[in-house]
Amino acid sequence: MEISITVNGEARTADVEPRMLLTHVIREDFGLTGTHLGCDTTSCGACTVLVDGEPVKSCTMFGVQADGSDVTTVEGLAGADGLDPIQAAFQEEHGLQCGFCTPGMMLVGAALLERNPDPSDDEIRWAISGNICRCTGYMNIVKAIQAAAKAKAEAPAAATA
Amino acid sequence: MLPSRFEYHRASSLEDALSTLDQYGDDAKVLAGGQSLIPLMKLRFASPGVLVDINDVPGLDGIEERDGVLAIGGLVRHRTLVTDDVIAARYPTIAAAAPQIADPLVRNRGTIGGSLTHADPAGDLGSVMLAMGASVVLRSSGGERVVPVDEFLVDAFTTAIEPTEILTEVRVPTPSPRSGGTYLKLERKVGDFATVAVAVALSLENGSVGRAGIALTGVGLKNIDATDATAALAGAEPTDDAFAEAGRLAAAAANPVADVRGSEEYKRHVVDVFTRRGLAAAFAGANTG
Repeated sequence: MEISITVNGEARTADVEPRMLLTHVIREDFGLTGTHLGCDTTSCGACTVLVDGEPVKSCTMFGVQADGSDVTTVEGLAGADGLDPIQAAFQEEHGLQCGFCTPGMMLVGAALLERNPDPSDDEIRWAISGNICRCTGYMNIVKAIQAAAKAKAEAPAAATA
Repeated sequence: MLPSRFEYHRASSLEDALSTLDQYGDDAKVLAGGQSLIPLMKLRFASPGVLVDINDVPGLDGIEERDGVLAIGGLVRHRTLVTDDVIAARYPTIAAAAPQIADPLVRNRGTIGGSLTHADPAGDLGSVMLAMGASVVLRSSGGERVVPVDEFLVDAFTTAIEPTEILTEVRVPTPSPRSGGTYLKLERKVGDFATVAVAVALSLENGSVGRAGIALTGVGLKNIDATDATAALAGAEPTDDAFAEAGRLAAAAANPVADVRGSEEYKRHVVDVFTRRGLAAAFAGANTG
C-alpha cells in the first residue's frame, strides 16, 4: 500500500505491506534509526514517536494507520540552531547511560512540556511511566525534563524556533 | 515480530465498516486503538485475514449525558476518560479507574470499545462497567441491540458480539446525586496487568444504601460481578459491619489462580480488603457529593 506521512516536517511516501509496524516503516523505509525497537510487546516505550503530537508506541501501530499523519521522531527534535532544550538537558543532566530508551524519554518529555510547561516531579514521573529505563534509576531523567522546562521558560524564543 | 498477512480496509463511515464486516464475516476483525489486537496478532494468537480500521469513522468518539445515561462512544480513548470534565464530576468509578489503565502511551491509543470487546479478565473497564450497571450498543447493518455488560462479558476473551457487529457506544446510568465510587487496583508496576482490582459504586437513599455495584478484576475467567455482596448491601445501613460483610461475600465470589503475582489466598484477601476500603471511600464520596 502506498502511504504518505509527514515525518519531522518533511512529506514522505512509502510502499508498505499492511502488516509492517510503524517502527519498521520509520527505521527501514525512512532510514530513521533513532526510533528503537525494544520489547516489541507494548511494554518498554523505546519505540515511542509522536503521532499528531501525542506519544504512542510505534511497535503497536501499523504503518498504514499513520497514512496522512504527522510523525515526529527523535531526529526531528533538533532544529537548525542546534539541540532542542530537552536534548541539551538530557546531555547536561546525564539523563542517559546506554541511550536505548532516550529517544522515547525525550519525545515523551517534549510532548509533556508542550502541554504543561511547568510540570511537577510527580507529573513528570507520571508522563514517563510508560517508558522503561534500565540504567539511570530515572532520577536524572526527571532532572533533565525539569531542566528543559526551566530552559524553555527562560528562553521562549529558542524553544519555539 | 510481524503478524500474518492481512488486507487492510480503512473505513470512512460506519456503513462502510459494517458492510465490509458483512462481506468478510469471521475472517475480519475491527481495529480501533489496536493496543490489544496488534499484540495478539504479533504473537499469532489472532490472524484475521482482513482488518477494518474504524479510527476515521465519524461520530464514535463523543461523550455526552442524555436520557439518564452517560453515552460514551466506542472510539473514545482512555486518555479522554482521564481528562473528561463530566466523568470527573459525576462518574467517580470511571474517573478513578481511567488513569490506572495501562500506561500513558497506551491510553493515547486504546479505546473503551476495544478494551471491552477484548474482554481480558484483567481488564479494568469491564469491572467498572459491571459495577455501574452499564450496557453496550452493538450495531450491525441490520440494526442495533443494547446488551447489559453482565451479559456482554461471556468468558475469558469472549463476548456476545457477533463478527458483523461493532460496539458503537457504552451507556452508563447516571448515578443519583448522593453517590460515590472508586477503583482500587493493585499492580506490581505501572502498565502491568492487575494483580487484583475492585470497582465500587454506591448510592444512598434516605441514609441507607440504595444501589451498590461491586466488580472484580483479575480474579477469574472474566470480570466478576459480586452480586451476593451487592444484594446484601441494598437497603442496608452503610456501616463498617455491612461493608465488612460485603468484603467477605466479594472475596467468596472471587475465583483467583496462583501465579507470579500472588497466591490464591493472597488475591482473595486483597479482594476483601479492597471491597471494604472501596465501599468506605464511596460512602465518603456519597456524603460529600
